[in-house]
Amino acid sequence: MASRMEVLKSAVERVLGSKVVSAKIALGELTIVCKSVNVTEAMTTLRDHPELAFEQCIDVCGMDYSTYQDQPQDGPRFAVVYHLLSLVHNVRLRVRVFAEDDDFPVVPSVVEIWNTANWFEREAFDLFGIIFEGHPDLRRILTDYGFVGHPFRKDFPLSGHVEMRYDAVQQRVIYQPVTIEPREITPRIIREENYGG
Amino acid sequence: MADIRNYTLNFGPQHPAAHGVLRLVLELDGEVVQRADPHIGLLHRGTEKLAESKTFIQSLPYMDRLDYVSMMCNEHAYCLAIEKLAGIDVPERAQYIRVMFAEITRILNHLLWIGAHSIDIGAMTMFLYAFREREDLMDCYEAVSGARLHAAYFRPGGVYRDLPDSMPQYKASKIRNAKEIARLNETRKGSMLDFIEDFTNRFPACVDDYETLLTDNRIWKQRTVGIGVVTPERAKNLGMTGPMLRGSGIAWDLRKMQPYDVYDRMEFDIPVGVTGDCYDRYLVRMEEMRQSNRIIRQCVKWLKANPGPVITDNHKFAPPSREDMKSNMEELIHHFKLFTEGMHVAEGEAYAAVEHPKGEFGIYLVSDGANKPYRLKIRAPGYAHLASLDEMSRGHMIADVVAIIGTQDVVFGEIDR
Repeated sequence: MASRMEVLKSAVERVLGSKVVSAKIALGELTIVCKSVNVTEAMTTLRDHPELAFEQCIDVCGMDYSTYQDQPQDGPRFAVVYHLLSLVHNVRLRVRVFAEDDDFPVVPSVVEIWNTANWFEREAFDLFGIIFEGHPDLRRILTDYGFVGHPFRKDFPLSGHVEMRYDAVQQRVIYQPVTIEPREITPRIIREENYGG
Repeated sequence: MADIRNYTLNFGPQHPAAHGVLRLVLELDGEVVQRADPHIGLLHRGTEKLAESKTFIQSLPYMDRLDYVSMMCNEHAYCLAIEKLAGIDVPERAQYIRVMFAEITRILNHLLWIGAHSIDIGAMTMFLYAFREREDLMDCYEAVSGARLHAAYFRPGGVYRDLPDSMPQYKASKIRNAKEIARLNETRKGSMLDFIEDFTNRFPACVDDYETLLTDNRIWKQRTVGIGVVTPERAKNLGMTGPMLRGSGIAWDLRKMQPYDVYDRMEFDIPVGVTGDCYDRYLVRMEEMRQSNRIIRQCVKWLKANPGPVITDNHKFAPPSREDMKSNMEELIHHFKLFTEGMHVAEGEAYAAVEHPKGEFGIYLVSDGANKPYRLKIRAPGYAHLASLDEMSRGHMIADVVAIIGTQDVVFGEIDR
């Protein structure tokens, strides 16, 4: 398995050239990092080049690295992670693209390359607020009509900001600030290296 | 000449043919669909966000509630992702049990699908026959985990416990006399594996019965042949997986191509369709049930001959036995740490995919070394399939939209997450 990944890694690096910022093999999976300016070109090559032939885009996933290991981060906050699958060569590839601007994250859309990315990108926009440039129909998809905010960002509380209830006086459903307190039953712990000697 | 405008129709979210809470905005020209815009998210519970605030084992039962008709397959992907990231070895017997239950789950899913799909397009009786067989498999779920639906049976490192030696029995009641009870309990005398073996002997004939009702049925064919045709090229571009991809003639099955657990030791065939219409996908799923039956038989044979442990002995990830815990200080500490703090999964990221009954179900897990996942992304097959509904239903009649929703086998638990 490892040698097949080495072959894929060298093929990807050769074909994409300088468009690959870094490539890493871990746990039998190859992850490459691309710059957002090169996404459209790199992805088209990944799909069309006969040595790679990643015909299927399995998944597009938004990421928010702002609280990784509970430490302040140096790099960009938002990233989009693509999982590609080549049916011909039976290999998978993970492509990570960081959005350069933290306040207004923009990544080029790949809907034209893989039509399946349409809803996956809408989802990443809805949940993380990542804008996909060139997307034909970038609407919210999973959250409620008229939802405010991007719930999967790490600074969005688990219990949200508003709750909904029926108001007997106004005889309609109203939104109001949440009345439940967020609580953590099991604390999040990252063990220190060689704790206790 | 009168000004003819397209007609917009709201379908759902409370519609018996919408398979749950699908709201569909259809733009119609007469009875012909011009555009279909599915509105999803009515069942969105934020499973992925919830998982970030729960320990790894606490999020496991959430997996059952994703695709709530193929529960154990969801758990399977989740466990595989954790095992990959943490490097846990799974005992062989546990792998066979998992494969067996993954295939039982596939039959469960396809039985529900054939029942619901056929009731949508006018074959009422199928539902009853499919649920008769489902009942037996549900009993297996119950016998092994205590729950008929949300089993939480697969665990990182194995399965929760070994297969039971006896099956639950029917008891006398107002509506059943002793003779009837004895007949019902006849196959439940032995161990659970005996019961499953008996089921696999009966089941091929049941599939034949379903096919007698449907395969050459004129009405069934009129409703499915040539409906929702997807070419292989479009199927790949639209991210289709599982029976949707195989129905279009691409022999791609993760159980064969990227085998996990002990699928590489199983003998089975991959059925493929020719034209990529609803009828072909129906035939593919029917054949898959027969193939699953074959796999279950192989697992039963192996499991009867090979006893052994069913969960890893690495107690950083799986609890020690009660006996050890009460006699050994080390194990007591393990038990305490595991149930208060949870397991720590090494820093890194992993993607694990299984051949779910509906397609490729993947878990993308990012861990920063804590006792909770940093990010958990669930790749649901139905999500990509439903996204292609617009393209599949264009130019079809409104009644065909129901057939297409049925053939996609959508379940909102996994689509909305």
